[in-house]
Amino acid sequence: MALVFKDRSHYLLAEGHYQLLPFRFIRLQDERYVAVNETGEWQVLMRKELEAFVRKTLERNTTLYRSLQSKHFLQDSDSSVGRDLLTLKVRTKRNRVADFTSLHMFVVTLRCNHSCQYCQVSRQSEDRSAFDMTIPIADKALDFTFKSPAPSIKIEFQGGESLLNFGLIKHIVLEAKQRNITERRNLAFVIATNLSVLSQEMLDFCRDENVYISTSLDGPEDLHNANRPNPLGNSYELTINGIKRARASLGFDQVSALMTTTKSSLTRVREIIGEYVRQGFHGIFLRPLSPYGFAMKTKRFDDYDFRQWQDFYRRGLDYIIDLNQQGYFLMEYYTAMVLGKMLTPYGTGFVNLQSPAGMGIAGIIYNYNGEVYPSDEARMRAEMGDKIFRMGNLLTDSYEQVMLSPALLNPLEESVAESAPMCEECAFLPYCGCDPDYHYATQHDFVGHKALSGFCKKNMAVFRYIIQKLEDDPAARQVLENWVRW
Amino acid sequence: MLKLSSSCVLPLGEITEPMRIVRRITENPDFVLPLRSNEYLLIRKQTDKIGPGFAGYLFLEKPIDNPPANSYLIERDLSYLREGDIIRMDRRRNSLRTLYRKNSFHNSLLTTERCNNFCLMCSQPPKDVDDSDLAEDILTSIPLMSRETRAIGLTGGEPTLLGLKLTEIIFSLKSHLPSTAVHVLSNGRRFKDIDYAKSIAAVRHPDLMIGIPIYSDIPSIHNYIVQGDGAFDDTIRGILNLKSAGVQVEIRVVLHKLTYERLPDLARFIRRNLTFCDHVALMGLEITGFTKFNLEELWIDPKDYQKYLRDAVETLHHAKIAVSIYNHQLCVLDPTLFEFSRKSISDWKNEYMPECDGCKRRADCGGFFSTSKIRRSTHITAFQD
Repeated sequence: MALVFKDRSHYLLAEGHYQLLPFRFIRLQDERYVAVNETGEWQVLMRKELEAFVRKTLERNTTLYRSLQSKHFLQDSDSSVGRDLLTLKVRTKRNRVADFTSLHMFVVTLRCNHSCQYCQVSRQSEDRSAFDMTIPIADKALDFTFKSPAPSIKIEFQGGESLLNFGLIKHIVLEAKQRNITERRNLAFVIATNLSVLSQEMLDFCRDENVYISTSLDGPEDLHNANRPNPLGNSYELTINGIKRARASLGFDQVSALMTTTKSSLTRVREIIGEYVRQGFHGIFLRPLSPYGFAMKTKRFDDYDFRQWQDFYRRGLDYIIDLNQQGYFLMEYYTAMVLGKMLTPYGTGFVNLQSPAGMGIAGIIYNYNGEVYPSDEARMRAEMGDKIFRMGNLLTDSYEQVMLSPALLNPLEESVAESAPMCEECAFLPYCGCDPDYHYATQHDFVGHKALSGFCKKNMAVFRYIIQKLEDDPAARQVLENWVRW
Repeated sequence: MLKLSSSCVLPLGEITEPMRIVRRITENPDFVLPLRSNEYLLIRKQTDKIGPGFAGYLFLEKPIDNPPANSYLIERDLSYLREGDIIRMDRRRNSLRTLYRKNSFHNSLLTTERCNNFCLMCSQPPKDVDDSDLAEDILTSIPLMSRETRAIGLTGGEPTLLGLKLTEIIFSLKSHLPSTAVHVLSNGRRFKDIDYAKSIAAVRHPDLMIGIPIYSDIPSIHNYIVQGDGAFDDTIRGILNLKSAGVQVEIRVVLHKLTYERLPDLARFIRRNLTFCDHVALMGLEITGFTKFNLEELWIDPKDYQKYLRDAVETLHHAKIAVSIYNHQLCVLDPTLFEFSRKSISDWKNEYMPECDGCKRRADCGGFFSTSKIRRSTHITAFQD
């Protein structure tokens, strides 16, 4: 039998006949550009290559052509299934929007025993009646919580110092679990606390009811105590001690810590990271100081220079990568979240980096007095007198009234990044999001002029740095890929 | 290598049964009387007891006395046949084919020899013939199989060319063998018809997987390898349809000179676009069928593509996609890949080579296809520890 196989050329059609699929591009540095498509796949290429690509003169047998074809930047007559796959990936990426609000924050009290320099809301008061959430308000908040169609619901207790109203936390946890017998959601609880009043009774309850603990750890002792002063000047000691006790009772991974960056942190990123490693944490969040509340009032944001933060982030990330290469697993959460957008087809649950914005529809906050806000920042702004984001009150308004209030819908609609000036053409758009309350805080506008936006500057710097690491440093890439949650 | 097909079956005396028939084998001359009329009694020795009333008799040694009706003398190579095995007797060709072996983990049923691809490395070259009786044989066999059967494979040719007959076979497997895993080897092209994909899903088989090859992330390369215009698009759409209908899909990649270079890119493509697939199998080349014909275009020593294989496995493993390496010998694999290597070669064609003498890890090794005598890695070495 003579076997007739067709030649390779039979399956390759004439050159120069390809279509561009939607993408955006931006310069990385000098002649080097990055193209990014709607689903977050990227291709680094030189200016000459980019020009050849868009002029449709790229040759088919080149690695670049194949790479662009594989990542759905172009389509030729060999195949049309790329469009189907792109559609699917866009749908996958946006899937979370349909899940709606999954993070529900309960401000159980405004009272606090610390006076942190960056906090906007806490009250040094003994008056329980004035600043504590009541049971009727909490029950109303639970009504709202379960109105959300989200299959996974996380209830986060905020303050003030949330443990000062532990009785109410107990009530909410038990009541939510009772309701969940019929609701059947994937329910999780976390208490945000400085751990200073943590008792064994509280720990026993958290252990029995599987409640997580999230605390603040700003770095080494002197830095932590300076950032988070309490009357005895021992907040670091109380925190570390609390972390140990909580881990012993609840389990090691049931306790997490969050770091807030201040001006005095900026030169000490390695020490801060070292503190997290010493305490056995495997994740750290190198956050910038938010421009809200007291921080704005005290003009602290002004002396908080973007370049200094960028340097802080870069040195921090490099150090974290080094630690991983030395054998200690530690991830930087913001980078990990961005990597998820770059390397997986999935979107993020992170509230501040979504479009449409995550405010209200990914996370929502119920204030102690029944007022509903779309974000923690928005309620802090309200505590300072500007109630622009107030969606309504649990005691007087229905779920529909609150969720459809202009205080939520206006910022959401106006800020969609795909239609925001400068965002819509930015190559990094698929990795980015919109943050109406940031831009309102800094520019009194939900959209904001992106050339003047610290949010934009900071995120662009992060995206560029991560892409360069992934492209140019194979050893770093190996570490970074390991952070991605699939 | 077991001889699954024999064409020197000798009828002894009077034959009253149909020219072509599927029957189960028993070695028990005292088999329950009412059921004997469906079974062949296998007789190993001249001195063995011959019970009356069986559908027929298979003699491995020529009988001394006149045998009963429907007796056949079969060759010694078939002495592996056991109680519960199923064969097809075809007197027009004096042939006997083993369709099912009760004690094997590697039963695969040939559904058709027709195919709508013409892969350069096809191990079972397609024939354009009407072989619809193969499917009927399968439907006859399934009720005769043991309920303890761990897994059944359906192969071709291209099983989906049977259309709804394939759906019927899968339903029969679910009905008669509810706890048996079913694995179908398909190129997936026919599933671009969503209704066809849904018909398979509608069987609601509890443990069904369709294994579908993708050879490249670049359509023209895939199409060249399978020698099919538009094959890449059909296959991808087929996979999407199956998964959206709720059918499990395994992606299979055969590693050879035309596929190894873009293997890491293919892994990234799968991770990004087909992350919902249930398993990825990265498979060594079997030197049989068309592969022999195209050997120089296809052959690469597996030792020489380890870097690419490792990259691809890491990419998939990171993304929590189950990945396995099939048909590779441990001594050619990068040691980091050992945990992904499976002993995948069917028992009846699995062998070891002279180089393997004294190897301490043979029990863990995938071994060779018997056809690897023709060409194999030059790096085969026995492990001394």
